[in-house]
Amino acid sequence: MRLSATGLACVRSGREVFTGLGFALAAGEALLVLGRNGAGKSSLLRMIAGLVRIASGRLALEGGESELTLAEQAHYVGHQDAVKPALTVKENLEFWTQYLGGERGRSDPALDALALGNLAALPAAYLSAGQKRRLSLARLVAVKRPIWLLDEPTSALDAAAQERLSGLMRGHLAAGGIIVAATHGPVGLMGAKELRLDASGPLRPAESEGAAPGGAA
Amino acid sequence: MSAVKALLVRDMRLAVRLGGGAPMGVLFFLIVVTLMPFALGPDLALLRRIGPAILWLGALLASLLALDRLFAADHEDGSLDLILTSRLPLELTVAVKALAHWLTTGLPLVIAAPVLALFLDLDPPAMAAVALTLLVGTPALTFIGTVGAALAVTLRRGGLILAVLVLPLTIPVLIFGVAAANAAVIGPMPFGPPFTILCALSLISFVIGPFAAAAALRHGLE
Repeated sequence: MRLSATGLACVRSGREVFTGLGFALAAGEALLVLGRNGAGKSSLLRMIAGLVRIASGRLALEGGESELTLAEQAHYVGHQDAVKPALTVKENLEFWTQYLGGERGRSDPALDALALGNLAALPAAYLSAGQKRRLSLARLVAVKRPIWLLDEPTSALDAAAQERLSGLMRGHLAAGGIIVAATHGPVGLMGAKELRLDASGPLRPAESEGAAPGGAA
Repeated sequence: MSAVKALLVRDMRLAVRLGGGAPMGVLFFLIVVTLMPFALGPDLALLRRIGPAILWLGALLASLLALDRLFAADHEDGSLDLILTSRLPLELTVAVKALAHWLTTGLPLVIAAPVLALFLDLDPPAMAAVALTLLVGTPALTFIGTVGAALAVTLRRGGLILAVLVLPLTIPVLIFGVAAANAAVIGPMPFGPPFTILCALSLISFVIGPFAAAAALRHGLE
């Protein structure tokens, strides 16, 4: 499997956010999207998820399931957690598991993987921001999709939960998945590629092996 | 298939738990119908004659009441982003959400209509006729309304825009719904022709509504 972008450009309400952006990721590789606020990190992730129109350039996935679109093979975890306060933790996850095409019965192990098992029967309205984020991330475990698009996945997470997420991400890469993560801080992925979106707009797709920030691994 | 069922169950569960749908719609319906005799005077013959029209107007307004939240709530908490990355066609998702909305707000109005018909001195055959036309006609109102709900998803005052956009489109449904009910109550026109046209309007809205709403949602994303 190979996810590649060439000459990608993004225009939001008439303003050019980035142009000429390119990267290529093989199975088992991760890309960290770095840059200041407003550099277009979220726009890039939303573009890969099919939520923002591609102004120009090409985004291609080779070796995936041919009858599915790129977005249908990707998990998108954005700033909003897509958690309904009126439903319990388990009901929230079970809905997304079934709706996104996961197998029944995958939601319990997913809750355990993010240490939410003991909160399963609690209405999601009582969750803290970090717990909501963990519930949102539980989707990644409950439904198998090869590409993970994570927008600041560690925001609101405590150290233990960040470590847990790092473990999940490493497991996903080891199983041949692809991760594209927008982040400001360390996410604990060694050897991830970096893509720096800077003030001047387009920037070189740096391929710095082993130069991942932090490395909490 | 399990995705469809999961979405239907989730939307109905949310409607019941949040309490915004069925009870508010029925209460609003009750208030509209109760206000009429105060405005028109206690002329039972008049109320009986225009009763079907009053019930239809009340049901029309009540069925649009909670419709603006249909997609706006999912847009605000990010659920809509995930819905768009699902393997279920967006058109089908829209249709299922509309169905869940009708079951939780439209159907209670149909069930409440015969009771409210008592206030307007309608006799049992007339009650049955109005309830039957509402049963067939309110799904059309919901499915037409989904298009407005999809267009209004990113707007702050979505509810008002929705009413302005959708109410004109519901005029044919109102005309044939009231015509069929009146035909059954007063005559001399036969009940059949307006009723079958009402059925046809509902069927057309089932087909066009989800496609138009899905197109509006995709377009409104940018």
